[in-house]
Amino acid sequence: MVTQITNFGRSGLYDWMMQRVSAVVLALYTVFIIGYLLMHPDLTFDQWSALFETTWMRIFSLMMLLSIGMHSWIGLWSVSTDYIKPTGIRFFFQALCGLLMFVYIVWGIQVLWGL
Amino acid sequence: MLVSIYRYNPEVDDAPYMKDYQIDLPAGKDLMVLDVLNLLKAQDPSISYRRSCREGVCGSDGMNMSGKNGLACITPVSEAAKKGKLVLRPLPGLPVVRDLVVDMGQFYKQYEKIRPYLLNDTPVPAIERLQSPEEREKLDGLYECILCACCSTACPSFWWNPDKFVGPSGLLQAYRFLADSRDTATQERLGELDDPFSVFRCHGIMNCVNVCPKGLNPTKAIGNIRTMLLQRAT
Repeated sequence: MVTQITNFGRSGLYDWMMQRVSAVVLALYTVFIIGYLLMHPDLTFDQWSALFETTWMRIFSLMMLLSIGMHSWIGLWSVSTDYIKPTGIRFFFQALCGLLMFVYIVWGIQVLWGL
Repeated sequence: MLVSIYRYNPEVDDAPYMKDYQIDLPAGKDLMVLDVLNLLKAQDPSISYRRSCREGVCGSDGMNMSGKNGLACITPVSEAAKKGKLVLRPLPGLPVVRDLVVDMGQFYKQYEKIRPYLLNDTPVPAIERLQSPEEREKLDGLYECILCACCSTACPSFWWNPDKFVGPSGLLQAYRFLADSRDTATQERLGELDDPFSVFRCHGIMNCVNVCPKGLNPTKAIGNIRTMLLQRAT
């Protein structure tokens, strides 16, 4: 058993599952957005903002945002533990990633709700 | 034929280097890479490599032949040589002791970690612990591993974290004991593997399957361990 405290959920299995679940959400969102854009070739700003006014779209988008946060955290954590060997630099990199993801999520919520 | 061999003697050389040898191979015969090495050793007795059974059973002569890990004794030169040139290097990722001989300590440490022996807390039977043919069948494709380290040293996850990631070979063995009907420590074994490194550093790139000289499938075994961990936790 290898002890780790900087990974997403303490257990490797949990990280692995969340990585897959978030990947499914991201794939569905991507397919939806591409499909929507293809079905509305003459998309206007009003149509676009009306889409994001709906509650289900906000829930879907928030799910996507949180999935991006989780997915990228687990992925970049893996990359950092593979390639960055000095502890100080690795911890700094991980902290920077964590901060960036938090900023993106809060910022994303602001954008979605038009706050 | 041109054979290029990785040479390094830490007592003499400052750094490893590649040395080229010219060798005439007997016509009409496809030698194994180990045969070529033996011929070269007669030419230059300072070349070091491990070998024992010379028939793919002992797993001593695992090495990197023109970029692919394998056992020198069962790899024909025609298969290993690229464009008439044979390049021999030690197994990647492990410390080199000398020439093609690597220090397998880290590899064995991971093997030891998974406790590669039966654990059974029930009273010892008078004769033996019986298994049905179906239960025994589950061990096929697992018990055949000869610990040559070709798979683990072909795995980038093992290169970057040899101290934390068990590696394909160790995980194949881990599953061999998880799948064994006579082993009663299944839950305990699974508990020891549920961290982000031991099993989950495998990203399924299947280099291990590609190089295994015995045709085994560590990626499948790792998938089975994951399924067992999932079943235990959901």
